[in-house]
Amino acid sequence: MKHQDINSGRVQKAPENFLSKDGIKTVFAESQRGRRDFIRSAFAAATAGAAVPAVFAQGNPVPAEGGDANILTLPDHARGLGQGVATAGYGTPSKFEANIQRRQSPGLTQTTQASVSFAPLQSLFGIVTPSGLHFERHHQGWWDIDPSRHRFMVNGMVKSPKVFTMDEIMRLPSVSRFHFIECGANTAAEWGNVAVPTVQYTHGMISCSEFTGVPLITLLELAGADLKNGKFVLAEGGDGSSMTRTIPMRLILSGEVIVAYGQNGEMLRPENGYPLRLVVPGVQGVSWVKYLRRVEVGDQPYATKDEAIHYMDLQPDGTHRQYTNLQECKSVVTTPSGGQVLLDKGFYNITGLAWSGKGKIKKVDVSVDGGRNWRSARLETPVLSKALSRFNIDWVWDGRPAIIQSRATDDTGFVQPTYKQLRAVRGTRSIYHNNAIQSWLVQENGEIKNVQLS
Amino acid sequence: MSSFREALLTVVLMAVAGLAGAQGAGKYPGVGRDATPREVAAWDIDVRPDFKGLPAGSGSVARGQEVWEGKCAQCHGVFGESNEVFSPLIGGTSADDVKTGRVARLMDPTAGRTTLMKVASLSTVWDYINRAMPWTAPKSLTTDEVYAVTAFLLNLGGVVPENFTLSDKNMAEVQGRMPNRNGMQTKHAMWPGNEFGGVNKADTANVACMKNCATEPTVASLLPDFARNAHGNLLEQNRTVGPQRGADTSKPEGKTAGASGATAAMAVAQAAPAAKSAAGPDASGADNKAAIALTARHSCTACHGMGNRIVGPAFSEIAKKNAGKADYLAGKIKSGGSGVWGAIPMPPQTLNEVDAKAIAAWLASGAGK
Repeated sequence: MKHQDINSGRVQKAPENFLSKDGIKTVFAESQRGRRDFIRSAFAAATAGAAVPAVFAQGNPVPAEGGDANILTLPDHARGLGQGVATAGYGTPSKFEANIQRRQSPGLTQTTQASVSFAPLQSLFGIVTPSGLHFERHHQGWWDIDPSRHRFMVNGMVKSPKVFTMDEIMRLPSVSRFHFIECGANTAAEWGNVAVPTVQYTHGMISCSEFTGVPLITLLELAGADLKNGKFVLAEGGDGSSMTRTIPMRLILSGEVIVAYGQNGEMLRPENGYPLRLVVPGVQGVSWVKYLRRVEVGDQPYATKDEAIHYMDLQPDGTHRQYTNLQECKSVVTTPSGGQVLLDKGFYNITGLAWSGKGKIKKVDVSVDGGRNWRSARLETPVLSKALSRFNIDWVWDGRPAIIQSRATDDTGFVQPTYKQLRAVRGTRSIYHNNAIQSWLVQENGEIKNVQLS
Repeated sequence: MSSFREALLTVVLMAVAGLAGAQGAGKYPGVGRDATPREVAAWDIDVRPDFKGLPAGSGSVARGQEVWEGKCAQCHGVFGESNEVFSPLIGGTSADDVKTGRVARLMDPTAGRTTLMKVASLSTVWDYINRAMPWTAPKSLTTDEVYAVTAFLLNLGGVVPENFTLSDKNMAEVQGRMPNRNGMQTKHAMWPGNEFGGVNKADTANVACMKNCATEPTVASLLPDFARNAHGNLLEQNRTVGPQRGADTSKPEGKTAGASGATAAMAVAQAAPAAKSAAGPDASGADNKAAIALTARHSCTACHGMGNRIVGPAFSEIAKKNAGKADYLAGKIKSGGSGVWGAIPMPPQTLNEVDAKAIAAWLASGAGK
């Protein structure tokens, strides 16, 4: 088989789609042939070998000339005049951070307007995603909409349909809450086999922000919504695709669903729905309708395109699970992670993210031996409901192969599943809602690979 | 209660009731107003599976073919089969599926999935064509054209005959022929609420075992070597400072620690301060190595590749375009610019005059060529 003919190892087509038949066969074949045995034997040999006393080199040795030039020779910034205030009216990151970009997965989609860009999780700290690095998913391209001309309508099973201007929505009592938004297709490429190299591409369709807005229930009540017989709400966008989704009434009644205009202290970014989007905590991103123009109260679900053609989970028996909304408990180690190289042996801080669409993270366990033994990581504060939580744990790398995993438990007691457990129930063609435990193989040369275990 | 107080209370209650009846009423006076019937009609375009919201109209398969070939085929293929731009709409269903309401090919693990194989509700197809198609001019089709295009697609999929005319009168009847109409289920715990008969128990049940949990792990899947650089050079997708670097996937994998691109990058960075003194104005054009080290030291290489574009143009491109223009380039480096190589601007760089001139001179003399 000629390698240049093959596009496997990267996902084909839209995120709703699937690896090509040939692609799947090739990756399976590759992994089942020599590569698999090679890695397996390398790992087995290394772990079976007698414990070698590890020698850790000093990462920052004293140069032969007796001192670091960066210390001995004062740099320009210590001997000159810096730049003035408001040099940039809206500041941008350091030029040294230019590698930190949201990126497309090559070959995933044929257009940029119906596509996705992934957030660089491997380079982010804490739980808040910088707004400019927030993952993007557009169905028909993004717009920068004049907020003075944007309108929001409530109709359907209401006493009187209402329209609101942005001025009016922003006059109402507001709430500000941290929540994660995860695309239902996050980690979709990995259902059957390893398909992408880094955490940016495996898990980068997730971001977390502080959102500010008005609880949807307030606006429904203003219109006199029939909340007894109206069991479903349709949300609709104002852009070309006028995306629609059926929103669960339980989350609206609880006050959790927000009609949001604020994100991380400023207005929403255009790519994230400026000036108005729905925030549906715990539910996959497709329900967080951007450029929100209308909600309708009804007594039946709507079977919209993104819940009757896409965003349905194919099961082994050939049926599709429809109206799968919640993002179940999941976690991933963001560093060290796939596609990175450890600079040397010695101490490392393993860090990552955990989240649950059903509530708070209770604990995160980390294994460095492929799931045989686990230690509980430190959960950093704040630990918030339906938001990302940051975990950290100490690790000393002795230079031998290691397989790093994380496993989250949420406050319902649900434990993040292994690939084996997940596939046993849902097969490998579900596309959506892959919350399996991720494995990163640290090789002896320091390079880290995305792997799946059997 | 005195009759006066009763009367007063009545007045007050009436005033409140009057206010509540007025626009933007109740708790938040002055916020929101009643939508007019015209406004609601303009925006309320959704069609439910029970066809609530479906406007009257009709369209034939033949008319649908005309509209399709003019406005849809360029993305979706003449027969709705194209996989070039979007996933295919039609294909994979059989006459038997129309009878059973279950698409048999969904059981085949190697089969791709078309829209018609998946969708259970005809309303969904009509609604989406109406609200979002054609892709570059959404909502431009007439109601009759939407019926016609829907009829054409259904005919391609063998759901309706060639001489069929689809209308609001027969949509419910055609719904009964949808190939995957019985293919949906909601027996899962991923809808918050009881509206679908509420399963609350998750379908996986891992336990948080802590010691001696699994047998020896074996790697069952990893990226093949030839896909190493398929997502671009990972060295350039990671931070240049911190406990780890991105792997240099433009090169074959190193066998031992130290052979990796990251360590090489570190070496360049550490060599840079020493190179500075060598790369004075006198060294312009002469010391290629020192100039390259300077570009690494000042992170020019974050945006410019030697022979490849990253964010900005390649050094080789700049050199070719600006041969001999050292002063111009030094000015550009210091003051930044945009529009010469594309829309992404280069911010003004804060490096010192000496280094800026050295890099400019190196570029103007061919960037080592």
